[in-house]
Amino acid sequence: MTRLGTVIRLADRRARRGAVPGDERAVVSLDGVTVRFDGYVAVDSVTASLARGEWVGLIGANGAGKTTLIKAVAGLIDHEGSVKVNGTLTAGMGRRERARAVAYVPQSPELPADMSVFDYTLLGRTPHISYLAVESGDDVAHCARLLERLGLSPLAHRHLSTLSGGERQRVVLARALAQEAPVLLMDEPTSALDLAHRVEALEIVDELRREWGLTVLSALHDLTLAGQFADRLLLLAGGRVAALGAPPEVLDESVLERAFGCPVRVIRTEDDELVIVPRRTATRAEVTEGAGTGQPGGRRHQAIVADDAGHEEEAQ
Amino acid sequence: MTATAPPRPLEEPTIGIPDVRGPGVRHSWIPMAIAAVLLVVVSLVALCVGPVAVPLSQVVGTLLAHVPLLHFHTNAPAINQAIVWQLRAPRVVLAGIVGAMLASGGAAYQGLFRNPLADPYLLGVAAGAGLGATIEIVYGGDSSTLLPLFAFVGGSIAVLATYMIGVAGGRRAWGQSIVLAGVAVAALLTAIQTYLQQRDQEQIRQIYNWILGSFSVASWSDVTLILPYVIVSGVVLLAHRRMLDVLRVGEEEAGTLGIHPARTRLIVVAAATLGTAAAVSVSGLIGFVGIIVAHTVRLTAGASYRIILPVAMVGGAAFLVGADLIARTVQAPAEVPIGVVTACIGAPFFLFVLVSRRAGQRTMGGTR
Repeated sequence: MTRLGTVIRLADRRARRGAVPGDERAVVSLDGVTVRFDGYVAVDSVTASLARGEWVGLIGANGAGKTTLIKAVAGLIDHEGSVKVNGTLTAGMGRRERARAVAYVPQSPELPADMSVFDYTLLGRTPHISYLAVESGDDVAHCARLLERLGLSPLAHRHLSTLSGGERQRVVLARALAQEAPVLLMDEPTSALDLAHRVEALEIVDELRREWGLTVLSALHDLTLAGQFADRLLLLAGGRVAALGAPPEVLDESVLERAFGCPVRVIRTEDDELVIVPRRTATRAEVTEGAGTGQPGGRRHQAIVADDAGHEEEAQ
Repeated sequence: MTATAPPRPLEEPTIGIPDVRGPGVRHSWIPMAIAAVLLVVVSLVALCVGPVAVPLSQVVGTLLAHVPLLHFHTNAPAINQAIVWQLRAPRVVLAGIVGAMLASGGAAYQGLFRNPLADPYLLGVAAGAGLGATIEIVYGGDSSTLLPLFAFVGGSIAVLATYMIGVAGGRRAWGQSIVLAGVAVAALLTAIQTYLQQRDQEQIRQIYNWILGSFSVASWSDVTLILPYVIVSGVVLLAHRRMLDVLRVGEEEAGTLGIHPARTRLIVVAAATLGTAAAVSVSGLIGFVGIIVAHTVRLTAGASYRIILPVAMVGGAAFLVGADLIARTVQAPAEVPIGVVTACIGAPFFLFVLVSRRAGQRTMGGTR
């Protein structure tokens, strides 16, 4: 990424940031959103607001309530408080109306093995096709253009089971975009992808939201990528908002340490991007020393080296 | 554009957009045309062939003579006209209707339960109809005019019981709990039916014949009896063909696409039950149609229910008319039960489907 690109992106963020509840620019406003499962509070009084074209990254430890919050916004689970899209309560919308307002990309989508990419994308037109009708020529043309835009046209007649991980991710995105909703919700959209495909998938979302003014709320578990792509980050801890703000405010060592219960180091690159590195409990030097002495530390060495390999891959 | 308007991202002109759907969709009328031609050919053969061979010209003439407003006059002998119109035509039409109903019901259930082995009897309609028919035969006296009614009511009650138990049994795994409930209800009803049947040795043969299925006593009154149910059921199922595609992505995702999955499934189950119960009430329990026809269509015409459902309807009609033709000709003048014919064709064919399906997936590099 060039420095100029970064400067433009930062300027862009500054212009968009800071929508507050009641703000007329807000496309999505959450007010005191609370979700209870059998008395257990999974999401606790979340209040936030997303401006048109803004990308808010949802971060937090496993079980912090990211998926639950996204499902509540998608209208999949009952919640207290209010979720509004363009000023209208989603709870009061019919299912079709809600599907035209909010599109949802689940963490592990169900992909019928023998369905073609084109037919799958057409499913996204469902809220625009009346209940008992079949797709019109307009729907077909819309999906054809969408696939063209996402570079999926050559795959249109392929079965879903024959796609690679990166292709699947783009196809699921195509189905969600076919809904033509102003709000796109994504639950860990890139967790199954390698680094290159992760960046590629997020770049596509970034391009499209700039082109079309999509408002994006996505759970992202890779904090470095979350800081690179999102305009603002919403950090959840125990279902509550632990921090909400620009990436440099939220990606703070002490803030993250409290939320994740794990010491981290935040490194600022020369391009002003933030890299989050977990702090090891034992450093590399200590491990090597332990192995050298031939003491029981040798076994510990093996275990940690194996663990290390995983971290190396993550950090590349 | 105002802040409240949803994005209209793709408003370029539609000209020059390549049809990227692939050959399977662009030529989707071909499987339908093949099935329709097959149905016409098999039906004409079935009208010609029998103890008395009637020439094709006389068959066509007889049919045209019965087309309203056409005032066609045929030179065919009166006896041949009676054979074609009074004996063979109702049989062909009834077999066609039942075949269409069982095949489309099977296809709908396979989509609904996302289970390739689902057939229209999955939720106990056959066991219920069997019990209803048995009760009528054992307690109903000599007249069998009420038999279809008893079979219809029995089948419908069985599915209703299955559905209510299945829905009460668990909301999360809808498909699983309802299929298990179907197994339990069918086992219970079959046990009661067997008990009743054993108590009265004399009627075993009659009950057994009904269970194996037959069109040997088909008449136009049977056709008019089931036609209303079958039309309602067929129209509802056809109208839901795209919904069956949407339901394939599972409860949660289908819900975010703007439909109400539970309500949609209930409507499809109700329609399939109505049609299947009506069909078996006049034909008996004919197996395998619901599985093999839908799978053949799926293998040859693609996996979308927008195509599978209508083609399975026409193909199922052709299949059962053909099976009935075989049933009444291979051992003439005796008749082989049609259930035996469909199973004899069905079982080997089913193995072929399974094997070729796996081979097809291997060549495409599929993982599932």
